Amino acid sequence: MGRKIKSVIFYFLCLVSTILCLFLLGILIYHLFIQGKDYFTWDFLNNFPSRFASKAGVKPGIYGTFYMMALTAIIAVPLGISTAIYMEEYGPKNKWMNLIQINISNLAGMPSIIYGLLGLAVFVRFFGLERSILSGSLTLSLLILPVIIIASQGAIKSVPQSIRDAGYALGARKFHVVFTQVLPAAIPGIMTGVILSLSRAIGEAAPLIVVGAVGYISYLPHTIMDGFTVLPIQIYNWASRPQEEFQGLASAAILVLLIGLFSLNFVAVYIRERFQRYKDND
Amino acid sequence: MTNILTTKNLNIHYGPKHAVHDVNLNIKDGKITAIIGPSGCGKSTILRCFNRMNDFITGIKISGEVVFNERNIYHPSTDPSRIRKSVGMVFQRPNPFPKSIYNNIVWGPKINNLDLDFEELVETSLKKAALWDEVKDRLNDSALALSGGQQQRLCIARAIAMSPKVILMDEPCSALDPKATIKIEDLMGELRESYTIVIVTHNMQQAARVSDETAFFYEGELIEFGNTPDMFTNPTKKQTEDYITGRFG
Repeated sequence: MGRKIKSVIFYFLCLVSTILCLFLLGILIYHLFIQGKDYFTWDFLNNFPSRFASKAGVKPGIYGTFYMMALTAIIAVPLGISTAIYMEEYGPKNKWMNLIQINISNLAGMPSIIYGLLGLAVFVRFFGLERSILSGSLTLSLLILPVIIIASQGAIKSVPQSIRDAGYALGARKFHVVFTQVLPAAIPGIMTGVILSLSRAIGEAAPLIVVGAVGYISYLPHTIMDGFTVLPIQIYNWASRPQEEFQGLASAAILVLLIGLFSLNFVAVYIRERFQRYKDND
Repeated sequence: MTNILTTKNLNIHYGPKHAVHDVNLNIKDGKITAIIGPSGCGKSTILRCFNRMNDFITGIKISGEVVFNERNIYHPSTDPSRIRKSVGMVFQRPNPFPKSIYNNIVWGPKINNLDLDFEELVETSLKKAALWDEVKDRLNDSALALSGGQQQRLCIARAIAMSPKVILMDEPCSALDPKATIKIEDLMGELRESYTIVIVTHNMQQAARVSDETAFFYEGELIEFGNTPDMFTNPTKKQTEDYITGRFG
């Protein structure tokens, strides 16, 4: 076979794969939209869950998801980035560090239900934090920490040595080089990792079920020690009911979740662009 | 003529490799000294001893003394970042910070808490580096949008902003085209009024054009050191003659 034909075939294989992925995603969203559009109303966003489909809403789910994400980000992001900075810039390069590195990579691939069980045992029971937003956030923080650490390490590693050399050659100390040169240059990569991992956390239901999120809740959380529900749990709860109306409600709730995810990704792109202003122009 | 930098019995090992042998070299104040020699002769290694940039290389062992301002900069009590404030460096590849032109200049003075008028500092530094006219209207643009030659002059301006005594240049033109190279060489001629310059170059013509003194290294040893015109017209050692006439290297 000629090289030219091979190249054309390869091109079409790639094209077909891309179209197939987009097509499947399109069908999914279309289906959700058709099923959920009649339920996606102002009342739906503003009501509490109910056993009457016509009165049911996702208000506590939206609040719960928002609080959960905010608290998870507050806990996991500083910890994750600091760990990455230590491991890349300050820590010794020895076999212990290698062992830790391997473990972090393994943790990133652990099934999320395991984190849920850990959260139940450690945060809910041992620390007595009960079935609260705090317990849930701590559990999700553990879940996304490895991903944030690995993404941040990658971003820090990709800052060229020549930038560090330039900093040191001007009489800078390590602190200045790390915090005013390396870190700003790594921010776009770090933010991408952070947002991707938060997006993953937003969609998690399994570990939160174990930690004790509830499907039915009649109040909004006021403190981080209150009980909670989140959108994926609400969706899971509705989708497992036999009635047609609740299927529609589930679809509408998925639309809410998707809008949240898209906004989050939009923020990520914005931050990346903003920090990349001084990156190479070519 | 006083010596601003002196090495005494300088030996450098990289692991088992003895990279620099017993070097005694005097860099004269206010002159341009060129360090030449074939690849791997240790010339960059020696240059990086003058501001302790070798400290970051693992497995390097340095013995002997490097005296700057009558103090051994390898004495355990010496703070390397203080040395680097007075001994600036320009690298082989232009390495501006991924920041604006303005911030490239003021970063060093700012983190060292120098109390200066930064606007004025940016202007004078860029003027001394012969870059002001080309960039004065876009000081807030990214330094990475500049051409390679402009970036290298920005790196020189950045070093000048710290008011160093010595500027070390590690093959500063090797990544540049001939036109940009001439500009840097002209600039060095102007800078010699205010700074002592040590330049490592693999380009013998460049050494002959810009420097006052030349040190020729071969396999980690200082073979010959002297006045540049003398050395290029009348080398005393056979190896020097062979190298500058292009028989090897």
